[in-house]
Amino acid sequence: MKLALRHVFVVIVCAFALFPIVFVVSAAINPLGTLASSELLPTGASLGNLVELLTSDSYPFARWFFNSVFIALVSSFASLLLSMFAAYAFSRMRFTGRRVGLMALLLIQMFPQFLAIVTIFMIFTEVTELYPAFGFDTVWGLLLLYLGGALGVNTWLMKGFLDTVPKELDEAATVDGATHAQIFWRVIMPLVTPILAVTAMLAFIGIMSEFLMANVFLRDPESKTLAVGMYGMIAGDHRNANFGMFAAATLITAVPTVGVFLWLQKYIVSGLTSGAVKG
Amino acid sequence: MALDVREPADEAAGARRPARRETTTAFVVSRIAVLSVAAAILLYAAPPLVATESWIALAVLCAAGAAIAYLYLTRRFVPAKYLVPGTVFLIAFQVVPVVYTVTTAFTNFGDGHRGGKAEAVAAIESGSVRQTPGSPEYTLTAGLRGDQLVFLLTDPRTKQVTLGTADGVEPLAGAQVGVTGKVLRAPGVTVLTAPQAAARGAEISALTVPTPGGAIKANGLSRAVEGRASLVYEAACDCVRGDGGTWTADESQGYFVNDRGEHLAQGWQVNVGLDNFARVLTNPTIYGYFTGVLGWNLVFALASVLGTFALGMSVALALHHPRMRATRVYRIALILPYAMPSFAMLLVWRDLFNRDFGLINQLLGVHVDWLGEPATARLGVILVNLWLGFPYMFLVTTGALQAIPRELTEAAAIDGARPWQAFRRVTLPLLLVALTPLLISSFAYNFNNFNAIALTTEGGPFPADSPQVGATDLLITYTFRLAFGAGGAQFGFAAAISVFIFTIVAIISAVAFRRTRRQEEVYA
Repeated sequence: MKLALRHVFVVIVCAFALFPIVFVVSAAINPLGTLASSELLPTGASLGNLVELLTSDSYPFARWFFNSVFIALVSSFASLLLSMFAAYAFSRMRFTGRRVGLMALLLIQMFPQFLAIVTIFMIFTEVTELYPAFGFDTVWGLLLLYLGGALGVNTWLMKGFLDTVPKELDEAATVDGATHAQIFWRVIMPLVTPILAVTAMLAFIGIMSEFLMANVFLRDPESKTLAVGMYGMIAGDHRNANFGMFAAATLITAVPTVGVFLWLQKYIVSGLTSGAVKG
Repeated sequence: MALDVREPADEAAGARRPARRETTTAFVVSRIAVLSVAAAILLYAAPPLVATESWIALAVLCAAGAAIAYLYLTRRFVPAKYLVPGTVFLIAFQVVPVVYTVTTAFTNFGDGHRGGKAEAVAAIESGSVRQTPGSPEYTLTAGLRGDQLVFLLTDPRTKQVTLGTADGVEPLAGAQVGVTGKVLRAPGVTVLTAPQAAARGAEISALTVPTPGGAIKANGLSRAVEGRASLVYEAACDCVRGDGGTWTADESQGYFVNDRGEHLAQGWQVNVGLDNFARVLTNPTIYGYFTGVLGWNLVFALASVLGTFALGMSVALALHHPRMRATRVYRIALILPYAMPSFAMLLVWRDLFNRDFGLINQLLGVHVDWLGEPATARLGVILVNLWLGFPYMFLVTTGALQAIPRELTEAAAIDGARPWQAFRRVTLPLLLVALTPLLISSFAYNFNNFNAIALTTEGGPFPADSPQVGATDLLITYTFRLAFGAGGAQFGFAAAISVFIFTIVAIISAVAFRRTRRQEEVYA
C-alpha cells in the first residue's frame, strides 16, 4: 500500500517532468507547424517541420548546429585540459602563492563573467579591427572568450578529485624515474577519466545553452549558435508561425545531449555529488 | 600544449638517471614545438599592432611571448608551466574585463559620454552645422584632378562653376555645363559618371571644402551646400558659444552647461567618483527600483533552490526503497528535463504560458495572461525554474542517499523512531552535510540566472508608468537593460550595480560557507 503511494507520487512528478517535452514532440510533428495549432497530444504526424527547417534559406540551421557543436566540443575539451593542468599544480606541488592563487580563483569565479560584458564588448571591438579572424561574428573569438572562464569554474572541482587520488601513486612513479609530465599524462589522467567525462559533458551542455555572450557577440546569421539563432527563429512576428520548426530544432539539438546523458548515467551521480554544477 | 618532460632536479643528478635517455627526443621536440607556437603567435599578432602604432600593446605582447618561451625552455618553475596556459586566458578575458568594469563604475561612461572632450567638441561643432543664410544650393559634380577627389560646384542661378578642393575654392573657367547644372567637361578635371561617383560615396561625403564663412559639404551625390557651425568651441573661456547662448565646460559632469543649468547633448567621459554608487543608495526612485529588484531577486533564488531541492529530494526518497520497482525507467524520465537544451525549453515554457495560443490556457480552458500579471508571472518563472532544476537535485540527492549507510535509519527505527523522525533527525542532517556546498553554488547561480528571466518574461510585466523595471526583473537583467537597453546606454551606472551584485553574492556565499563548516564539525 505504501509502495503504491510512492509510485503515485513519482508518476505525478514524472508527468510534470515530461509534459513540456511531450508537447515539443507533438509540436515538431504537427503538420500545421504553428503554436496555436499545437496540442499536448499530436493530432497528425508529418515531417514537414523538419524538412522546412533543413531546407530553409533564412535559417541556416545546419550551420548553427555545426557552430554550436564545434564551439561546445572544443571549448569544453580545452577548458577541461586547462583546468586539469592548474588543478595538478595546485594539488600536487607546493609553491609560493598557492593559497593566494586558490583564493583568487574562488573570488574571480564569484564575479560572473557576463557582468563584465560591456568591457568585453569594448575589448572585442578593438580585436575585431586588429584581428578580424578572432573578432565579432567568429566562432574563434567566442571560443577564446569561453576559455577565459575555464580556470574559475573547474579548477577547485578538479583539485578536489586529484586530492582523492593517493599521493603514493605519484611517488611510486617518481621512484621509477617518471617525470612530472609523465605522471600527469600516464598516472593521473587515466585515473580521473570517468569524472572528466562527466564534467566535460556538463560543460558541453552549459556552453550549448549559453545565450547572453553569444547574443552580444554573434550578429551575422552564418556565425550564430543554436541558442542565438533559434531565439531569433521565434522572435517577434514569427513566434506563432515558426513554432513547429522551432520544436523540431529543439529535438535535434537534444538528441546528442540526451544520448550522452543516458550513456554516462552511472557516472553522473558520482560526478555531480562531487560538486559539478550545470552552467 | 608542450610540457616540460623532466624533473627540475639539477643537471648532474638528472644526467645519471636512466630516464634521461628515453625523454631526450621528447624534450627536444617539445621545446621546438613551444618555440614555433610562440613564434607563430608573434608573427600573426604583431603586424596589425605595428600598423596601428599600438606600441604599448606590442611591448606587452613581446614581453609575454618572451616570458612564455623562457618558461618552457628552462627546467625551473615547474608549477608555473601548468598554471600559465589557463591563467593567460583568465587574465585576458576575465580579470582585465572585471577590473575595467570596476573602474568604469567610477565614471559616467555611456551614451553622451563615450569619448574624450576633443571628440565631444568636434561632435558638437559638426552637429550644429546649418546652411549659411542666403548661400546657394550648388549642383555638385564630383571629379578627379590627378587622383585627388574634387568638387565641381555649379551655382544654380548664374551657372558659374567653382572648383572645390580640400584646400578651398577657386573659380574655374571653361567648364561645359549641362541642362541640369551637372558639369559635362572641365579643363584639367576628369568628371566622374554617376556610377563612379556612387562608388566613391564615402569619400564624397567625407570631403569638406573650407570657405571664408564656413565649409561646403556634399548633400547626397548631386547637391552641395555651404554651411557654418552655429556652435563654436573657444579655448580661451573653455566654453561653447553660439545660438544665442554660452555653455561652459563642467569637468565634474562632463557636459557643457549654460547658466540656466541646461547642458548640450554631447558630453565626454569624466571621473565621477562614488556618484554612481551614491545614486543607487540616495536617489529615491533608483533606490526603490534597486531594493525592489533585490528583494524579488532573493525570493527568486531562495525559492528556486528550496523548491528544486524539496521536490528533487522527495522523489529521490520515494525511489529509495528496497522493494521499489521500475526505478530505472522513472530515473530516465526524471532526468530528461536536465538533458534538454535549457535555452530552448525556456522559450517553450514561455509559449506554454502564452495567452492566445498557449497550451496551459488550452488545457484549462481559460484565457489568462499568465506572464502579463506580476503575481502569476513570478509564480510562472519559479515554476519554470523548478522544472529545469529539480532533476539536478534529484540526481545529487540520489547519490548522497546511496552514501548513507542503511544501518543508521534501521537503528533509528529499532529505537522506536517514526519514519518522519528518522528522516528529520538522521537522514536530512547527513544529506545536508553532503549537499550544502551544492545548495550554495546553486543559490549563487540562480541569483544571477539571466537566461531564466531573459528568455521567458524579459523582466516583464512592466508597470505602465515606469518601463525601466519589471516585476520579474533580477538585478542581472536590470543591469543588462541599463547597459544595453533601448533607453540609452549607462555603462558607468550599470557597472556600479554589477559591483553591488558581486558584493552581495560574495557575502552571502562566504557566510553560508562559514556556517557549513561549523555544521560539518557538528555532524561529521
